[in-house]
Amino acid sequence: MKSILHRLLLIVGFMPTAALADWQLNLTRGVTSISRNAYDLHMLVLWVCTIIGVVVFSVMFWSIFHHRKSRGAQAAHFHESTTVEVIWTLVPFLILVGLAVPATRALIHIEDAADADMSILITGYQWKWHYKYLEDDVEFFSKLDQDSNRARMLGSGEDPASVENYLLEVDNPVVIPVGKKVRFLTTANDVIHAWWVPALGFKRDAIPGFVNESWALVEEPGIYRGQCAELCGRDHGFMPIVVDARPPEAYAAWVAEFKAKRAAAALKQDPKRAWAREELVTHGAEVYAARCSDCHAADGSAVNGSAPSLAGGEVVLGAMDDLIDLVMFGTGEMHAFGGQLSDIDIAAVITFARNSFGNNAGDDLQPVKVAEFR
Amino acid sequence: MASSNTQTPAYYVPDSSIWPIVGAVGLFLTAFGFANSLNHHANGMTIMNVGLVVMLVMIWGWFSDVISESVAGKYSPQVDISFRWGMIWFIVSEVMFFAAFFGALFYARQFSVPWLGGDGSKGPLQELIWPAFDATWPLLQLPDATHLEPAAGVIGPWGLPLINTLILLTSGATVTWAHHALLHEDRRGLIAGLALTVTLGFIFVYLQILEYGHAMHEYHLTMASGIYGATFFMLTGFHGFHVTLGAIMLTVILARAIWGHFSPQNHFAFEAVAWYWHFVDVVWLGLFIFVYWL
Amino acid sequence: MSHAAAHADHHEHHHGPAKGIGRWLYTTNHKDIGTMYMVFALIMFFIGGAMAMVIRAELFQPGLQLVDPQFFNSMTTMHALVMIFGAVMPAFVGLANWMVPVMIGAPDMALPRLNNWSFWIMPFAFLLLLSTLFLPGGAPAGGWTMYAPLVLQTGEAFPFLILAVHMMGISSVLGAINIIATIFNMRAPGLTYMKLPLFVWTWIITAFLLITSIPVLAGAVTMLLTDKYFGTSFFNAAGGGDPVMFQHIFWFFGHPEVYIMILPAFGIVSAIIPTFARKPLFGYESMVYATASIAFLSFIVWAHHMFTVGMPLAGELFFMYTTVLIAVPTGVKVFNWVATMWRGSMTFETPMLFALGFVVLFTIGGFSGLMLGVTPVDFQYHDTYFVVAHFHYVLVTGAVFSIMAATYYWLPKWTGHMYDERLGKLHFWSSVITVNILFFPQHFLGLAGMPRRIPDYAVQFTDFNMISSIGGFAFGLSQLLFLAVVIKCVRGGEKATDRVWEGAEGLEWTLPSPAPYHSFTTPPIVR
Ligand code: HEA
Ligand code: HEA
Ligand code: HEC
Ligand code: CUA
Ligand SMILES: [Cu+2]
Repeated sequence: MKSILHRLLLIVGFMPTAALADWQLNLTRGVTSISRNAYDLHMLVLWVCTIIGVVVFSVMFWSIFHHRKSRGAQAAHFHESTTVEVIWTLVPFLILVGLAVPATRALIHIEDAADADMSILITGYQWKWHYKYLEDDVEFFSKLDQDSNRARMLGSGEDPASVENYLLEVDNPVVIPVGKKVRFLTTANDVIHAWWVPALGFKRDAIPGFVNESWALVEEPGIYRGQCAELCGRDHGFMPIVVDARPPEAYAAWVAEFKAKRAAAALKQDPKRAWAREELVTHGAEVYAARCSDCHAADGSAVNGSAPSLAGGEVVLGAMDDLIDLVMFGTGEMHAFGGQLSDIDIAAVITFARNSFGNNAGDDLQPVKVAEFR
Repeated sequence: MASSNTQTPAYYVPDSSIWPIVGAVGLFLTAFGFANSLNHHANGMTIMNVGLVVMLVMIWGWFSDVISESVAGKYSPQVDISFRWGMIWFIVSEVMFFAAFFGALFYARQFSVPWLGGDGSKGPLQELIWPAFDATWPLLQLPDATHLEPAAGVIGPWGLPLINTLILLTSGATVTWAHHALLHEDRRGLIAGLALTVTLGFIFVYLQILEYGHAMHEYHLTMASGIYGATFFMLTGFHGFHVTLGAIMLTVILARAIWGHFSPQNHFAFEAVAWYWHFVDVVWLGLFIFVYWL
Repeated sequence: MSHAAAHADHHEHHHGPAKGIGRWLYTTNHKDIGTMYMVFALIMFFIGGAMAMVIRAELFQPGLQLVDPQFFNSMTTMHALVMIFGAVMPAFVGLANWMVPVMIGAPDMALPRLNNWSFWIMPFAFLLLLSTLFLPGGAPAGGWTMYAPLVLQTGEAFPFLILAVHMMGISSVLGAINIIATIFNMRAPGLTYMKLPLFVWTWIITAFLLITSIPVLAGAVTMLLTDKYFGTSFFNAAGGGDPVMFQHIFWFFGHPEVYIMILPAFGIVSAIIPTFARKPLFGYESMVYATASIAFLSFIVWAHHMFTVGMPLAGELFFMYTTVLIAVPTGVKVFNWVATMWRGSMTFETPMLFALGFVVLFTIGGFSGLMLGVTPVDFQYHDTYFVVAHFHYVLVTGAVFSIMAATYYWLPKWTGHMYDERLGKLHFWSSVITVNILFFPQHFLGLAGMPRRIPDYAVQFTDFNMISSIGGFAFGLSQLLFLAVVIKCVRGGEKATDRVWEGAEGLEWTLPSPAPYHSFTTPPIVR
């Protein structure tokens, strides 16, 4: 409440410079040739419009002040003039032709994704991104980070301002090398999303069943933030994008580190062995938080407009085979997780769901059983 | 308008009428019932049927009023022209309704299917997710047939569709014949021409139903056979529906011709229905060319 | 003209309006129907506005305070549908109903019974749509653009949405058919096309746009319905369809639709400015041609709403060029209005104030439209608040301002009373100031990177959102003044003269105020 008052006072106090500091009024110049083209064009059109506006409105206000009845103005009777009409048709037309030239050039530049150094396949999900580096054999999901996610809940009581990069932070940023032409291939798994990082200078829709192409050659190392830019349902506002651009060596190091971590994790996970129920529940809780809680509530209750309750649900506590089938192959509305989760993950999350939220099935599901469904 | 007026009114403005509001309620009930039945609510169908009955009553009542006013000679030539403009623009709106589905057909054939199959400007990218799919038209293989059943064959143009084309073209000629007969006060010609048109119309509908039977049973072609089945049934289905409506309207006109409602000067209803009939005719030609033939 | 004749007519015996509710339910009178359209539009404006207030309240500060994200999306979706199909379009149809027959010297609309049907479908369509707010799963939340496949995730509300859109479509098409038939067939003797008031001209073209574009929307939503319930795959790549195909079909309707909401406004402004400048409209003929060019171009620019879907380059270039080209005929209109004021003898009653507000603020909205049309930059602007700012400038300070201007302009003719000029002016000034506080900062938000259709935002967007929300509440409250003026004027007030405005020209001013129930029973002769 105090912060609201404070801000209101700032606003009413004609915005002292301190407050203006973190205000961005204009388009970003960004860090790619594409974004700078966009910025330059933006400024060009803005100035053209401003000048035309000033001219037109000046003439209008001049006559409003001088040709008013209260000043004794007498109405003239002219009502056409072919000459001026031709002029004010042609002049705007020529201005537009003048604008179209640089715009065409910029557009051709954007659409030229040939000769890229590397490609990343970006898949939009409700409500997270999946990145797959086609050459480097790296892939992972990326979603809103835990701090923002907690603070953004209705009535969370947390002040968003206290969370760093509120709503613009993810668990796994997408790392790219600077100075390299990176091709982004966008597609989606469920509905249309759009991948947008302003500093890179474009957004491109991620359309289920189709792949789109765009590219960026980032010139400066840094963290660049963006958001999903196509309404994609309930949590459309909560699927940010973080691009972490690093020098090529740092990028290579990151790839190596990523692979090493993955190998280490794989060692610990043997789907063939027998797993204890507690083990499964613990791991299942993590999988649930990471993958299911996008739609189902964290406490398993129903989410309006998204997913049904898992507490005491007929399917959850019903026949195990049906449940495995549902999670692996999905329904019309829920994704098929078979392709996204390992046998262990699926076994764990199902065991977790049957033994949490007040559910008490008291049984467990072994990864080997899941393997039979593949 | 006041009948007590000493002058004949230059324009006939009908007195207030109950039918529009009945029509609005009927439309609402139909839509409300249909929505509920799509949501699997028990009473949906019933409500929808009530709505449809209300609509029928409305159409009956409204047209009875118009016909009796027309027969009573209340309509000036200017009113006739209003009706004509109304019908013309209504047909334009129908043309645009079909344009949406033709647009879908062209888009699928020109863009989405080739792209998905790896051709065209966006094709190479799609190979990433549909490596196994090859584009052909009509589509017998689908990008992903998990939830869909692809068709097993293609409906050729030279069987029933060709016969149906000839039938509709002939019916276009017979209705024109009837019109000429009407203009020359040849009552028998009028009635014969109309009767023939109506018959041809219903034969068309019957053959179309046969055709659907073939499509579904022999070729497994349904609305759920991917975009080929979807466009096929959407276009031919709405067309068939329009033919059915047209044939029913022609039947009414036939009855009115038998009752002697039309004169060479005053027969807007006849012409309106004839225009409509030509319109479904032309749509069919489009269908024959783009859905069956090319 | 036939001033005296109209008066004389009035004293003859005629059916006056029927008594009781039956007058409204069964009427075939264009004025009754026009009035019902206007009242309906006003109610919808308040309902849609109340939804906007929910949006602005939630966006007042970061974090979710009031509503669930799903409900927020429903509010955005319903707000737009209610405002577009419930408020602006019916208001223009209502104005056409009231004024077109009077302006062309006709006794009534060409098809009076059909006219009543077109109106009464509307309230039922909105009953269907608004009832979804109470359904389990809530109202539609996929945006007013109803993009597949997202909209297919709508629960029970889905068939209600589709069928409500169908009903609105039927109503609009029937209404348009009626208006165009009236204008083509019922003009008074001697009233040739090039003598028609510009409002009538813009309505010919608007009706044409309605008749050709609304059925395409009907086709599009029909395909949504079959995709959801009957297994078709128009918008599903698995079966060879394409989600983007929906967008093409939708915007083939959608872009003409936005001009449907602005062309009648051009007509209104072209009637008001000459009246208060006491000088004939400059460049009448070029106004007509410009309107027709805008309508023509509106059919070949649709994909500027979908530059980011990944069209082939040639498509992007084509749609960029055609889009920016619309600035030329629109510019002609703006310049003609300015030239009409030039060396006039102007006074500034409320209708004129709103018309002037329109000229300035619509042009600003047009400028941002032009910026959006430049494809490489639209890749940045698209789906941000910059777009939201653009279309509220053209829709609120454009379409809605023109409707208010028209209401003030013709209210004395409708009611026979002058409205309260002081309150009217107050309404204008409070509206014009607050609407800019409401929408101007949204340009900055969009440029700074705030996406549209989000219930919560990063903290750096807080200040402008607060300003915008405060402007929003104030603008909303200002509209209560409008309500007050209208009600006060209907109930009584200074008697209006027949001509009402000193500089007014046209057949409508030859009738008494209030206009008699049946206007031109014998056609006036226009020289
Ligand atoms: C009344 C409604 C209305 C009107 C009149 C307009 C008018 C215009 N609109 Fe707008 N528009 C909308 C309603 C409207 N729009 C809506 C609702 C949306 C969003 C839909 C959604 O996504 O939900 C939208 C979105 C929209 C987009 C998509 C943005 C995006 O999503 O990325 C674009 C892109 O090109 C655009 C362009 C234009 C242009 C070029 C005009 C032109 O007609 C403007 C022409 C006018 C002028 C330019 C000013 C006057 C001219 C002069 C003074 C002459 C000289 C000027 C020059 C030579 C510069 N509009
Ligand atoms: C003609 C059309 C029209 C009109 C008139 C308006 C009017 C308003 N719109 Fe509109 N709006 C759209 C068409 C329109 N809008 C469209 C097409 C969209 C896009 C939807 C989509 O993305 O799908 C949109 C989206 C949209 C958004 C973006 C939502 C989002 O992206 O999530 C916002 C946010 O500020 C907004 C605000 C407003 C406000 C404050 C008004 C105000 O002008 C309203 C003022 C009126 C009133 C407030 C009512 C009258 C007064 C009272 C009821 C008294 C009570 C008052 C108080 C309690 C203060 N609108
Ligand atoms: C994209 C959103 C989404 C995600 C992510 C999701 N679900 Fe679901 N889930 C749904 C929806 C929607 C339904 C209702 C399905 C239906 O009726 O078709 C559902 C239904 C279920 C049901 C059946 C409930 C009942 O009683 O009907 C179970 C069990 C379930 N989900 C478990 C999971 C598990 C486990 C995960 C994570 C691995 C998960 N869900 C992830 C959306 C989701
Ligand atoms: Cu994903 Cu919006
Ligand atoms: Cu547009």
